[in-house]
Amino acid sequence: MPTLFEKIMDRHIVTRRGDDVLLYIDRQLIHEVTSPQAFEALRLAGRSVRRPGAMLAVPDHNVPTTPERAERIDDRESREQIEELRKNALGGGITLFDITDPRQGIVHIIGPEAGLVLPGITIVCGDSHTGTLGAFGTIAFGIGTSEVEHVLATQTLWQGMPRRMRVTVNGALHALVTPKDVILAVIAKIGASGGTGYAIEFAGETIRKMSMEGRMTVCNMTIEAGARFGLIAPDETTFAYLKGRPLAPPPSLWDAAVADWKTLPSDPDASWDREVALEASSLEPHVTWGTSPQDALPVGGSVPDPEAQPDPSERARMRRALEYMALVPGTRMTDIPVDKVFIGSCTNSRIEDLRAAAAVAKGRKVHSNVTALVVPGSGLVKKQAEEEGLDRVFIEAGFQWRLPGCSMCLGMNPDKLKPGERCASTSNRNFEGRQGPGGRTHLMSPAMAAAAAVSGCIADVREVAR
Amino acid sequence: MIEKFVPLNTVGVPLDRGNVDTDAIIPAKYLKTLKRTGLGVGLFFAWRYDAEGAERPDFPLNRPSYRGGRVLVAGENFGCGSSREHAVWALMDFGFRAVIAPSFSDIFRNNCLKNGMLPVTLPAAEVRSLSDALQAAPGGKVEVDLAAQTVRGPNGDVHKFAIDPFAKKCLLEGLDEIGLTLTCAAEIDRYERERKKKTPWLFLDLAG
Repeated sequence: MPTLFEKIMDRHIVTRRGDDVLLYIDRQLIHEVTSPQAFEALRLAGRSVRRPGAMLAVPDHNVPTTPERAERIDDRESREQIEELRKNALGGGITLFDITDPRQGIVHIIGPEAGLVLPGITIVCGDSHTGTLGAFGTIAFGIGTSEVEHVLATQTLWQGMPRRMRVTVNGALHALVTPKDVILAVIAKIGASGGTGYAIEFAGETIRKMSMEGRMTVCNMTIEAGARFGLIAPDETTFAYLKGRPLAPPPSLWDAAVADWKTLPSDPDASWDREVALEASSLEPHVTWGTSPQDALPVGGSVPDPEAQPDPSERARMRRALEYMALVPGTRMTDIPVDKVFIGSCTNSRIEDLRAAAAVAKGRKVHSNVTALVVPGSGLVKKQAEEEGLDRVFIEAGFQWRLPGCSMCLGMNPDKLKPGERCASTSNRNFEGRQGPGGRTHLMSPAMAAAAAVSGCIADVREVAR
Repeated sequence: MIEKFVPLNTVGVPLDRGNVDTDAIIPAKYLKTLKRTGLGVGLFFAWRYDAEGAERPDFPLNRPSYRGGRVLVAGENFGCGSSREHAVWALMDFGFRAVIAPSFSDIFRNNCLKNGMLPVTLPAAEVRSLSDALQAAPGGKVEVDLAAQTVRGPNGDVHKFAIDPFAKKCLLEGLDEIGLTLTCAAEIDRYERERKKKTPWLFLDLAG
């Protein structure tokens, strides 16, 4: 009867308090922005890190993506935060993938690469996109700094049981329609708060056929539908990805681990509080027009008219969004010019994302009005891409090839939009000012972003690549 | 140790917008601090100030009649997006102690409770009537009584709200949650011992 989520929850209960359980946390990932206050409070209370071996730290949000970062970081506050992370990690006996480590990268990318994200575990990070790791069949979720401190001190968190939603996606995706388009369509369908209070399990043949990279893209953006947890049942694709990774079960334990993982998927008769279905075969590449990830539509569409919206609050929100985005209702999405293109972020900076973008960029040139960045998610992704020659494809097309980090996703490091600039971005949030104060964001897939880069405007990648 | 929540009788500040995200509450450039304090200066920065740094007179927090208010009345899905606890620290540093909204993001609500800030969920129609009253007559007072679980609006209208009993106790008493959890240390030890037997592969040391 139980769901995947319930099975994992059940095996992590330390004790109960009313409706809440004290949940054992197997692993915690730590980055420089949301952890300093947690370590400071721990010290002030005279407490120590309970299980340093269950933690992994990495600087990613603040780090510049240009080569001089190995020698110096000009921004004093960023430098101090990175230094503080180093001090806290080393002082607490916690492994750190430091800025010059070949494994450094975005916190949600490096965990799977190291093999520390295994089916059936609980894993947290002071970052809302931690749900990414639910792609492995885990309870993975973002927490605030106070909870980071709680996990450092106790290796546990108090949790209530979320409601259960299943999103089933069936049908074959058309060429150049990607996992990013699937998740944008899901968010548009259920809304930015449609998943609040839920754990969302993604199921169906379309999900089963996705690679781990694609599944991570889907789970990454469940938070944009309000759900802290997105998860996918582990299967042969999951096991094949994990086998041989540094922290995956060693050969002596591998068969036992796989046998255990095979018991995790939701039972066929599991019950759900809400079910949503999506047909993949009719899906088109998606793009956002507004300032919430729910503002997504097929690229062939036009900017919607707020006056056609019956709900007054939503009408007011849409008006404000269009004013901020400087867009007029009725404008075709493919008539909107862009100044910048960003291919990267924890949503879309894995090897498959870079391959998809490179396939569009190959033999074409970045439009003269556009500055385009490609930022691999980790040092390992960068290395693999370079071995495959993808860096050459991008550089020859006029893209900048950068070092790993969060980069232009969130306006915390030198990569940001200037006021009024418009960006085709593979990241996850189009909030006002997210990519820099006054910046305007259109979310889309890596292939679509590459198509925008070579076209100078939002473009249908199916036409560009034809 | 979190601040104890005391009953409020204060100006209510209407922020009549839905889906207010934590990037809007506190922009990324204020996240580079090593401290929890002093973040009020960045609260709603892009909405409070124009590009030249001058206050936007129409923004509710800048209007004289709303100044000093400690209760924010907002739209649905308040605090969505990033998990940054800085959003709560900024609201508290500015003076807010409670936010009333039809719904909150899950992470923001948790972050509130860890810091002594009260998130009050009321039905959308009741939030709408509170917000309308505060906009029609700026400076109106809102009373929030956590012990009684009630909000009294400027027109004397009383709204009952629900809250998890343990969260209520923590807020009223300013309890140190980590200290409480550490009283379960023996259970955590026992759990770890048993788990190590069942799934030894989860105890490979990352540092090893």
